[in-house]
Amino acid sequence: MDLFLNIFIGGLLIGGIYSLVSMGLSLQYGVGKVYNIAHGEFLMFGAFITYWLQSMGVNPLVAVVINAPLMFIVGFILYRTVFTGIRVRSPNPGVFESNGMLAAFGLYFIVQNIAVLIWGSTPYSYQYLNTSVALGPSDFHLNRIIAAVFAIAIGVIFYIFLASTRSGKAIRAAAQDTATAGLMGVDINFVLAMCFGFGAAMAGIAGTLISVCYPIQTTMGLGYTVIATVVITLGGLGSIPGSFIGGFIIGIITTGVAYWEPGLAVAAYYIIFIILLLVRPKGIMGR
Amino acid sequence: MNLSNISWRKLGLNAGVPLVILIALIFVPFYGSWADYGITLFSLFLVYIILAVAWAMFTGSTGYLSLATAAFYGIGFYAAALLYPAEGALVPLFVVVLVGAAVSFVLAFIVGAITLRLKGIYFAMFTLGLVLLMYQVVNYWLISVLGIRGIVVALESNEVIYYYLVGILVVSILVAYFIKRSKWGLALRSIGDNEEAAAHTGVNVTMIKILVFAISAALMGAVGVIVATKTTYVDANTAFNPMISFSPALMAIFGGMGNLYGPAIGATIFTYIQEILQTGSLKNYYMLIFGLILIATILYLPSGMMGLIQNLWNRIKGARRRALTRG
Repeated sequence: MDLFLNIFIGGLLIGGIYSLVSMGLSLQYGVGKVYNIAHGEFLMFGAFITYWLQSMGVNPLVAVVINAPLMFIVGFILYRTVFTGIRVRSPNPGVFESNGMLAAFGLYFIVQNIAVLIWGSTPYSYQYLNTSVALGPSDFHLNRIIAAVFAIAIGVIFYIFLASTRSGKAIRAAAQDTATAGLMGVDINFVLAMCFGFGAAMAGIAGTLISVCYPIQTTMGLGYTVIATVVITLGGLGSIPGSFIGGFIIGIITTGVAYWEPGLAVAAYYIIFIILLLVRPKGIMGR
Repeated sequence: MNLSNISWRKLGLNAGVPLVILIALIFVPFYGSWADYGITLFSLFLVYIILAVAWAMFTGSTGYLSLATAAFYGIGFYAAALLYPAEGALVPLFVVVLVGAAVSFVLAFIVGAITLRLKGIYFAMFTLGLVLLMYQVVNYWLISVLGIRGIVVALESNEVIYYYLVGILVVSILVAYFIKRSKWGLALRSIGDNEEAAAHTGVNVTMIKILVFAISAALMGAVGVIVATKTTYVDANTAFNPMISFSPALMAIFGGMGNLYGPAIGATIFTYIQEILQTGSLKNYYMLIFGLILIATILYLPSGMMGLIQNLWNRIKGARRRALTRG
């Protein structure tokens, strides 16, 4: 029983970060219609910016204040320059999705190789709040608990933003039907770019939180993109609450699998993914 | 008179040009002072040309983005590792190539049956995941179960490797050509244009997608077997390298997928750039350039280099015709 409780709490802690990454991808794909394979690279860049800032004496959690707006601006500009161009040139949404994904591939190569040229491909790590705290039947690192709380807080704040502000309403409208939302007076290019920017910012924040807990590496991005893909498929494409809950579910499952056999954690996501595609491709919260 | 003239030109273009290229491929690398390097370079060209042609065979017409190239290529590697080890080959190389192709065909058939009923983007995600899954599972199996990291494959001479690759290239081009010219090709293009409409006009959409996907996978598996006998050391990192999925896709897109020559031209150009920028951190610059060109191609050259050349050619021809009619 203690073992299950341990796996459950450990899963919730890592699940918070997964939720944040996946909500970002869900915004980019669900609303912006760009399956951003470079999502994990934004996360990696966020982690390295945090590493760089903390080596100059900035508290890693304060680094979020610099990191998130920076990523938002980068994401916003990228969407306005590259993806809007592709969207305007594409004859139909299907063509935009596949061309957008290919362009995201290009982005993946560019971002990752810039990072490798700057930081090389060796792992980096630093110590931050590395003390143990009793939580349930056993001890967990304080930094992981803080990271999970932080991730959950950002998820909740973003949900309130979506539910109750005018911009949030515009994003929800664009998620339902991009073309119609545009006809109803939503500045669609601005809203889609904003979604892409928010997605990038969430990846950046998740990167900060990951760098607080684990060693970081320039090649770690793709793994998180795959996790986020499984989570948004589980949660339902474009559903923000679905991604939020899905992140915790995947977190718990992978913690459980990693407990029995760490080498097969990725295989576990993939099997979940196959079962989902076969049984319910809409996901748990999909329409 | 006029009619026979045209058909001769068509025949020349359709059969003559490929024949000349084939004869050149058979003899060119062995002459001149660069024979040793030439054959290695040309083998590399052939590997990527085959992968790009095989990739474009399925994705070019249907629009389903497959990122599973590395999975099938890796199966070829492991077919070579298990059946053609350095300690002594169990079967002749020819059989290993067929086994690699057959196993890839079967896996692609299963993957296709699971995923090709779904929307395009799921397919791309799924195939990318497949490469990472195979990497993990094979690594787990080798390290935790067998306690080894890699397997050594029997080395083949450069000439044997080269002629096997030429053979696979010929098969790929013929298969691609006949699929394109057959009823299947028409069905595939109709799927790419509008899948629902294709299904309504009586095309067995799923079956055709799965079969062509599996055929292209078999070609990739066959290439993997041959490359394994060249690199001789097989581990999960070299076999299931995601770059093998990405490179042929970019090469084919850059070359243009509307034409059989497009992927081949793209593959040749990029393999050459890759070969120049191979050492040390230059490799990262290569991938950076790779990304930039990919984005630029999608934005400004949607039909690739061949599309650009064809446009220019049509414009020149148009100008000539206008000049003639005016004169």
